[in-house]
This record gives sequence, C-alpha cells and structure tokens, in this order.
Amino acid sequence: MAEAERITDIGPPHYSKFLPPIIKENYGKWVSHEILEPGVLKHVAESGAELYSVRVASPRIITTIRAREICDVADKFCDGYLRFTSRHNFELLVTDKAKLAPLKEELAKRGWPIGGTGHSLTNIVHTQGWIHCHTPAIDASGIVKSVMDDLFEYFGTHQLPAQVRISLACCLNMCGAVHCSDIAICGVHRTPPKVMHDKLRHLCEIPTTIASCPTGAIRPHPDKTLKSVIVNEERCMYCGNCYTMCPAMPCFDPEKGGVALLVGGKVSNAKSPPMFSRLAVPWIPNNPPRWPEVVSTIRKILIKYAEGANKYERVAEWIERIGWEKFFEVCDIPFTFQHIDDYKFQAYDTYRTSMHFKF
Amino acid sequence: MHKTPLLDQLESGPYPSFVTDLKRLLPTKPQVNDLLGQLERSYKEKITHWKHGGIVGVLGYGSGIIGRYSDLPNEFPGLEHFHTMRINQPSGWFYTSAAIRELCDIWDQYGSGVLNMHGATGDIVFLGTRTEELEPCFQALARKGFDIGGSGSAMRSPSCCVGPARCEWSCYDTLEACYDITQEYQFELHRPSFPYKFKFKFSGCPNDCVASVARADCSVIGVWKDDIRIDQSAVKAYAGGELKPRGGGSPYAKLDIQADVVELCPTGCMSFDGSTLKIDNRNCNHCMHCINLMPQALRPGTETGATLLIGSHAPILEGAQMSWVIVPFMEMEPPYDNLKEIAGNIMEWWAENGKNRERVGELILRLGMRNFLEALGLPPVPQSIKIPRANPFFFWKDADFEAEAAGKKYYTTK
Repeated sequence: MAEAERITDIGPPHYSKFLPPIIKENYGKWVSHEILEPGVLKHVAESGAELYSVRVASPRIITTIRAREICDVADKFCDGYLRFTSRHNFELLVTDKAKLAPLKEELAKRGWPIGGTGHSLTNIVHTQGWIHCHTPAIDASGIVKSVMDDLFEYFGTHQLPAQVRISLACCLNMCGAVHCSDIAICGVHRTPPKVMHDKLRHLCEIPTTIASCPTGAIRPHPDKTLKSVIVNEERCMYCGNCYTMCPAMPCFDPEKGGVALLVGGKVSNAKSPPMFSRLAVPWIPNNPPRWPEVVSTIRKILIKYAEGANKYERVAEWIERIGWEKFFEVCDIPFTFQHIDDYKFQAYDTYRTSMHFKF
Repeated sequence: MHKTPLLDQLESGPYPSFVTDLKRLLPTKPQVNDLLGQLERSYKEKITHWKHGGIVGVLGYGSGIIGRYSDLPNEFPGLEHFHTMRINQPSGWFYTSAAIRELCDIWDQYGSGVLNMHGATGDIVFLGTRTEELEPCFQALARKGFDIGGSGSAMRSPSCCVGPARCEWSCYDTLEACYDITQEYQFELHRPSFPYKFKFKFSGCPNDCVASVARADCSVIGVWKDDIRIDQSAVKAYAGGELKPRGGGSPYAKLDIQADVVELCPTGCMSFDGSTLKIDNRNCNHCMHCINLMPQALRPGTETGATLLIGSHAPILEGAQMSWVIVPFMEMEPPYDNLKEIAGNIMEWWAENGKNRERVGELILRLGMRNFLEALGLPPVPQSIKIPRANPFFFWKDADFEAEAAGKKYYTTK
C-alpha cells in the first residue's frame, strides 16, 4: 500500500506562493528602475509602488546554517521574502524604504557584501570541481573565492566600462557559462587517457566510447580477444569525453592539468550580437589553494580592459574594436600555436582572410 | 577532525568563504568533516577523489539524482555515498523564508546540510546523501510541494529570468511560461526518453538574463513588434544630467545621448536634435542598448511576444553552439499551445532521428535546416540566418519542382 501513497510528478511549487504582496499587486506593471547605489535596486510601478532589492554576494555552496541565517534577515527586514539571481547572488526584497539603512547595517555586521549591479564584476557562475565531480581538471569553489577576493573592489562599485561576467567550468564540458562570458576560466587536461585494458570490457560500452571522441582518436583494440580500445595519442586533445563515457579511461595528471582562460563572450544582444568566448591563455598551472598565476592574469586582463575600453563597451566589443593582435599586445599575453583553431571546418572562419591587421 | 591547512587559507579575504561556512556543520554533520578532508587531499594532490559515475535514483523516476562515491571510502567513510539531489526550483528563484526553512529541515534530516543555491540549470542542489535516504527525502519534499528536477537524457528543469515580477522590460510572463512548460513535460523531465538532454530557458527580453541563447536547446526570448515607448521629458532629463545613465549603475555621471546612445545604436536608426529623440522603429533590431541606458525614458513596445531560438549547447561533441532563430515572433499567452506544438514537433523529430547523445542543435546541422523546418511545418525566413550561403551546393527536391509547376516563383521581374 505504501506505493499508492507516493507523491510524484507534482513539479515545482507555483511561484505565486512566494511573491511578496507588492509584486503580486504590480506584476507586469513596472515602469522603470534605478540603481540607487551598488547592490541596491529600486523598481517603480504604474501604481507608484516602490520595491527595493538589495543584492548580496553568495559563494553558491552554502550550508543549511547559512540558508537559515539568510531567512532570519529576510524575516526581520523583508517580511520573509527573498529570491536568488541567475548568477547565484541572493536578493532581499524590501518594501519599506526606512528599512534599507538598518538592513545594510545588519549585512555589514554579518560580513555579507552587497553589490553585483550595473557596471560591476558580479558573482562568478561556477561548477562542482573537486568538491563533487569526477571529471574536473581544476577545482571550482577555491578558484572562485581567490579571484573574487582579489577583484573584490569591483563587486561593490560601478567603476568598469560595462558589466563584466566571469565564469568558471572545471572541465570542458563547460557546465554553466564559460563559452559565453567576458572572462572565462576553464579546466583543461593535457594528457591522453590511460586505457585500463583489464577493466574496460567490464565497465564500458565500446561503441559509445568510440563515438564519444570528437577527433576520432579512439578505435577498437586490434587484438580482438582483448575487447578494449586504443587511443591514437597524436589525435587526442584530452577533452576527457571518453572518460565521461567509460570509467576505464582516466586522463588526470596533477601537474599537466590546469587552467585555460577565455575572453570576449557575451549573451546579451545590446549593441553587438551574442558572442563566444575565445582562447586567451592556453594553460596556467593548478596552484591551490590560491591559484596566484590565474588570479594575477585575470586581474591584468580586467585592468587593461578597464583602461582601454570605451564607455559601455563589453570585453568582446573592446577586443573586436582594437583587434586581437592588439589584445595580446596590451595584455602582454604570449600568442602560441594553441590559439590558432584547428578543429574541423570551424577553424577556417577564424583565420584572417584580409589585409586588415595592425603591426 | 581532519587537518585542512590548505583550505584554511581560503577563510581569509572579503568574499564569503565556503570553507568557513562548511566548517560550521562539523559539530552536527560528521560527513562534512570527511568532505573537507577529501577536498584538502584533492588540493594537495591536484586531482579529484570522486569515483566515476554512479547510478542511483528514486522509485518511478530515471532522473534527478547524481550518484557519487568517494574513491577513498576507508579514509573518508562519510563520503562512501555522497549523492546529489536536484530539486526543481520555483520560477524566478522566488522564496519565502518559511519555504527555505522547510527545505533546510528536510535536508538536515536526510542529508549533509550542504546546498548549492543554485545549480547552473536552476535546480536547488542538495549536495551529499546516502542511497537509502533518497526515497524518504524525496517523499518528505513532495509532501511540502517540491519535486525532483531533471538529469540524464531527459528534459532538464526549465528556468527563467525575473520577468514581469520585477522588470519593466519583460515582453511576456516568463515565470508562468516556465512553470507551465515544466508541468507540461513532467513525464519527460522525470523519465529520460530522449537521445540526450534538452533544456528550456525563458528570458523576458533580448538582454537574456538567464543566458538562454547559450545555455538552452530551446531558447524563448521576449521581444516586441511595435514602437519603443519614449517619454521625451525624461529624455530631456537624461540630456540635462538630472537622470543618470543606466539607472545610475555606471561610472558616468551624465549621458551623452548623441555619443552614447545614437552613435552606439547598431542599426543607426536613432537621431537626437538636442531635445527630441527619434527612433525609426522599422529599422530597430531590438538590441536593448538605448533602453538599458535610459530606463526611465524608454520602454519596449506593447505588441509583445517572443522569438524562438533552437540548438545551443556546450562544446562536446561538435563544438559549442548558440541558439539560432527559427520563429522570429510568436505570441506567448497561456496555455502556450503554439509553443507546445512546436516544441512537441521538435522533440518528436529529434527522438526519431537523433543519434545517441546527439543534442538537437547537432542533429539539425547533420540533417540540414530544411529537413528540420519542413518536419516542423515552418517556412524559411531571412531572420533565421545572418547571411545567405556563399557556396553553390544547394539541393532541390521534387516538391520544389511541383511547386514551381504550380506557379511558385524564385525571382521577380519588376
């Protein structure tokens, strides 16, 4: 009988259960907004109603203890209403303007930074890393903490030419937004998988393993009695997708794995169309717990962008205007064979078929 | 307690420290001691210590739980099982403190007390529990009105921007569309039946605050067809410096309407004579730049709906794709039958033709846009391309010759 009582397929609760009354009353009737100061938004409705949202930094991984503390603050200042953003900050929704100052005091007392609005560097969209995933080449939370500590001055201020989105993915599955961010941190392997021939036939489907390789580097083992695969190491670019499909093909190497940086992606349509991020730095070593080389390289790129970009220009638009050859020059980043695309026909579109370049 | 000298270094600095927060669970959650211990080991060795894969779930579902086992279970027994549960978030990530407390009570009872708020697809992530706790935890959640989200070769949990709940630019009700579509596809979400994963994301305007163009197989982005609404007195206030550009969110004290708005407009369809702003709306491409900079003077039009784009995914296998336009404009009104009809046709065509682990965007490239559009009954429109093909390798079908015989023209003579 127990089975009959099981509840399934109810989906998420309807959002209307969680909307503050001011939002229910003015739903779809907002006319404008202002950013009163970094981290504080004011929305005005047709009715004249005003809603204040205070945006607070979060490391995304939080404990139930922290979640309950957030609830305590929401109860005290926001009648218990809050939301999270698409970049994993949280927002406290205030209807009584008089509560803004004491709320900000409370947040300061707790050491919870506010910001992430307008032309700031907001939260870093990131992934699981060594805390929960089996395919990462780098950690996620540790690098994010290190980068945000270093660039913290940009979180709670509006001093950049435009908003800057940094994202991190711990392998090139690129969970999240690495392929479409102003600056992106991506974990990369640099060693081909080591095939565990004795285990492979027990653990893996050989055809799906072969089909998982973008460069066709995997084929059945020539010794038919072995029921395994071999890797043409010259064709392997260490994506790790075969390991995703087949546990007998690990490709981890603590010293050779590391961080690639990409730049110049965006998703919004403002001015220019959405763009992919492009390779800026092919490899930086993993150096826990603070990844100093990653942190300083990102800082350098961000500062050169802030100095060189025009008003309202995203990183992608700045680079497109000055040219990639100038980007490498001003950021003092060595240009290498790894930067030149050689993946199938997509590569051709990235070559310069013109005399339009700078020395 | 495990010693964590490397992780301890991540407790300093102004940004909230996940290490400091996790350590607070040590008195009540011994498994978090092991989580920090294993993470410290990973920091020392620069390598993950999670075993490959793991297939676990709850009765009746094939989706939503990510199994995980430590490869050092003797050293870190609390991580022998450390599975993740994805819990479908409410649209727009709105909560009451009461709802979050209920979630915390359940997770403290059945799991590690560690959460991700939120996963990149949108789910509430319960991080770390044992196999035997999955079923009772799920049912405790269900009794409070929460269901499990998606994983595997299934519909994943749809997500949406804040939309009309708190944004004056939202061109349709993203929250309701997201909720409605999530409910419509409960079976597909919980029971993987596709060639691979399939994601929906809903953005209210072309600013695309949930990044749907890059992170959803099916991207629904709000747009308007009529004129941008202009409040000329507010335009004057921007010109005079009484109103700050970008709502005050930029380093710039005053907006230079000619340089910052008119000259940065990608289509050059605006003009400003010092007091009146004019927009040639027929040539506007709805990029949002002018509206973003002057939120108190400009608003999207009122004839609103959405553009439907298809195909984005990350690099594996054939290289990253962003979604491209297949329907330039559709109305977005509950119960969204027009969207459901197209989405249903997409899924059917993909399920029929897709190879194992082939995203729908890759399938369309393999079989061609024409086959895809014909399967959906959609006409070819210039909005779906950036530029026509340069090569002469185009196909003709018998149907083309039949249409031609019936009077279809490819050219005009006037």
